[in-house]
Amino acid sequence: MAHGIPNRQVICETLLGLAKEDRDLMVLASDSRGSAAMAPFASAYPEQFVEVGIAEQNIVGIAAGLAHSGKKPWVTSPACFLSMRSIEQIKVDVAYSATNVKLVGISGGVSYGALGMSHHSLQDVAVARAIPGLTVILPSDRHETRRMTEALVRHEGGVYVRIGRNPVEDVYDDDEGEFVIGRAVTMREGSDLTIIAAGETVRVALDAQELLKEAGVSARVLNMHTIKPLDEEAVVRAARETGLIITVEEHSIHGGLGAAVAEVVVQRCPVPVRILGIPDEPAIAGKSAEVFRHYGLSKENIREIAIRMLGSGEERPWTRSSF
Amino acid sequence: METGALKRKAAQIRMDLLRMIHRAGTGHTGGSLSNTDILTSLYYRVMKIDPANPKWAERDRFIASKGHAVESLWCILADRGFFPKEELETFSRFGTRLIGHPNNKVPGIEMNTGALGHGLAISVGMALAAKRDGRSSRVFCLMGDGEQAEGSVWEAAMAGAHYRLDNLVGIIDRNRLQISGPTEDVMGLDPLDDKWSAFGWHVVPVDGNDVDALVNVFEAAPEVSGKPTLVLAHTVKGKGVSFAEHVPKWHHHVPNDKELALALSELSAELGSLEQIKGGQA
Ligand SMILES: Cc1ncc(C[n+]2csc(CCOP(=O)(O)OP(=O)(O)O)c2C)c(N)n1
Repeated sequence: MAHGIPNRQVICETLLGLAKEDRDLMVLASDSRGSAAMAPFASAYPEQFVEVGIAEQNIVGIAAGLAHSGKKPWVTSPACFLSMRSIEQIKVDVAYSATNVKLVGISGGVSYGALGMSHHSLQDVAVARAIPGLTVILPSDRHETRRMTEALVRHEGGVYVRIGRNPVEDVYDDDEGEFVIGRAVTMREGSDLTIIAAGETVRVALDAQELLKEAGVSARVLNMHTIKPLDEEAVVRAARETGLIITVEEHSIHGGLGAAVAEVVVQRCPVPVRILGIPDEPAIAGKSAEVFRHYGLSKENIREIAIRMLGSGEERPWTRSSF
Repeated sequence: METGALKRKAAQIRMDLLRMIHRAGTGHTGGSLSNTDILTSLYYRVMKIDPANPKWAERDRFIASKGHAVESLWCILADRGFFPKEELETFSRFGTRLIGHPNNKVPGIEMNTGALGHGLAISVGMALAAKRDGRSSRVFCLMGDGEQAEGSVWEAAMAGAHYRLDNLVGIIDRNRLQISGPTEDVMGLDPLDDKWSAFGWHVVPVDGNDVDALVNVFEAAPEVSGKPTLVLAHTVKGKGVSFAEHVPKWHHHVPNDKELALALSELSAELGSLEQIKGGQA
C-alpha cells in the first residue's frame, strides 16, 4: 500500500537524524528545499545547510569544494537539471576528482507529468552510468531509501541517487535487512523468467509476478537498486537459471537499466532480454500513472509480454520498441 | 490597443488563467499573475505579429525564458486567435499540447523553454540572425529574477552587448520572490540594475504592472543604439489577487473553489471600475 511518504521525505528525515552526530554532514539546495522536502533540515541545521539559488552547476562545484575540505555534502536538486545541467561538474569535480559528494536527483522520471520534457528526467541514468567512478542508485520504497541513506553516509565517493516525487507503495514487508551497494535483492524466487526493476518500478514488477503466478508462470523478481556498479552475477544467474529477462524502468529505453542488463547478458550468457521503458520520444504529458499505462509499464503488459516470450518464440530479443 | 483597453484585457486574462489553473488542479499561479501586464502590453500593442501567419518572417519574437509561468501566455495566445479558446480546457491533461511550459508544437510559441537560463541565449541568436538578415524584427525575452542565478544568463548578457544587439529587449520580472522565498534571502541579486549596466546593457526600470509605463518603455526601445535594452520590471508576484500578492506559496499553489470565487470577484470588480473609467471618458 502507498504509505504516504515520498522517498525525498525519507532521505530528509534520515539525514536529520544523523546530522546532529555528524557535523560534517551537509545539505545543499538550488531553490529546491521544498521539492526536496529539505525545509526541515534547513531550519534544524542552518549551519549545515547551503542555499545556492537556481544554479545547478554552481551547486555541484560548491559541493565538490566542501567535500575537498572534509565535509560530506548532499546535493538535492530536481533530477532533470542536476543530471543534465551539472553533468560536467559531476564528471570532473565529483567523479574524476574523486570527491565525496552525494547527488540526489529528486522528482525524477516522469514525476513532473504535464510539465513536459524539460522537466522529465529520462536520460539521467544513461548519462550518470557512463561516468567512470560514479555510483548510480534508484531506491524503491521508504524502507530501502532509509537504509540506502544510512549506507551512503558511511560510503566515501560520488553517488547519483534518483528518486521520484510522490509517495511510494511499500515493496518490503518490514524494516529489516541491510542495503549493500551493488548487490541486487531477490524479491521473489522464480524459474521461468526474471523481471528486473529498479526504483518505483519494483512495485510494478512484484505486481506482475503475482499475475503471472495466477497464470502458472514462475517469475523471479530482482530489485536492481544499484545500476552501477551492476550486480553482474545476479544478472548472469538469472539468465542461466531462468532463460528470459524482462527489464522495467522509468527511463528511456536507451542507456538505462535495460541496457546495463543487456550489456552483461549479451557478453556473458545470451538469452532474450525485453527492455520496457519510455521509447525514444518526448514522453507524453500526463500524470505518472497515465504515462506508465500509455507506455506499457504495467503489470498487465508485463504479464502479456512474459507469456508471449515463453510461448511462441515470436518475440525477438533485439526488438527495440517498448511495447 | 489603447492602454485602457489593455488594462481591461489584463484583468480578463488573469481571470482566464485562474480558471484554467483551477480546472487543471496544477499550474504556476504567482509568476503568471505577475507577468500578465508585460505579456498583455507585448501581445496586444507592442509586438509585430500575425496570428493568422504565426511564422511570418518579419514578426517580432517573444521567448518566455521563465517558461513555468506559461499560463498567461496560453490564455493570451488563445485570445489572440493562435488556437481555439476551447483548447484551454485541455491544459495539463493527459496527451495535451498545452503542457505546463511553452511548447512549440503550439502556434505562436517559438521555442520550448522551462529549464531556466536558456531563453536569453536563444534570443541573442534570434536577434543576431535578424541583424545579419537585415530584418527589422525585435526579440523580447522575459526572465525571472530568481533565474538570474543561472550563469548562462550572464554568458548571454555578455554576448548580447558584444554583438551590439539593439533589437534585443531583455525583461526581468522583478517580483522579488522565487520558490523558497525572497530572492534576496535565497541568492542576493541587488544591485541588479548595476550588474546589467556593467554588462553593457541599457537598463530601464519600470513599474511592471503598469501597462502605460510598459508600453512607453517597449516602444521607446532601443533608446541607445548599439546596446541591448534591459527592462527591469518591478512587479508583484500574485498581482491582482489580494491574498496571493507577495506570498511565496502562490508560486505553484492552486486556488480552491472558495479562493477562485474570491479572486474572480476581486478581478471583476477591477474590471468594473475600469469599464466605468471607459464609460466616463466616452
Ligand atoms: C534550470 C532550472 N532549475 C530549476 C527550475 C525549477 N524552478 C521553476 S520556477 C523556479 C523559480 C523561479 O523563480 P523566478 O525566476 O523568480 O520566477 P517567478 O518568481 O517570476 O515565477 C524554479 C527554481 C527550473 N525550471 N529550471
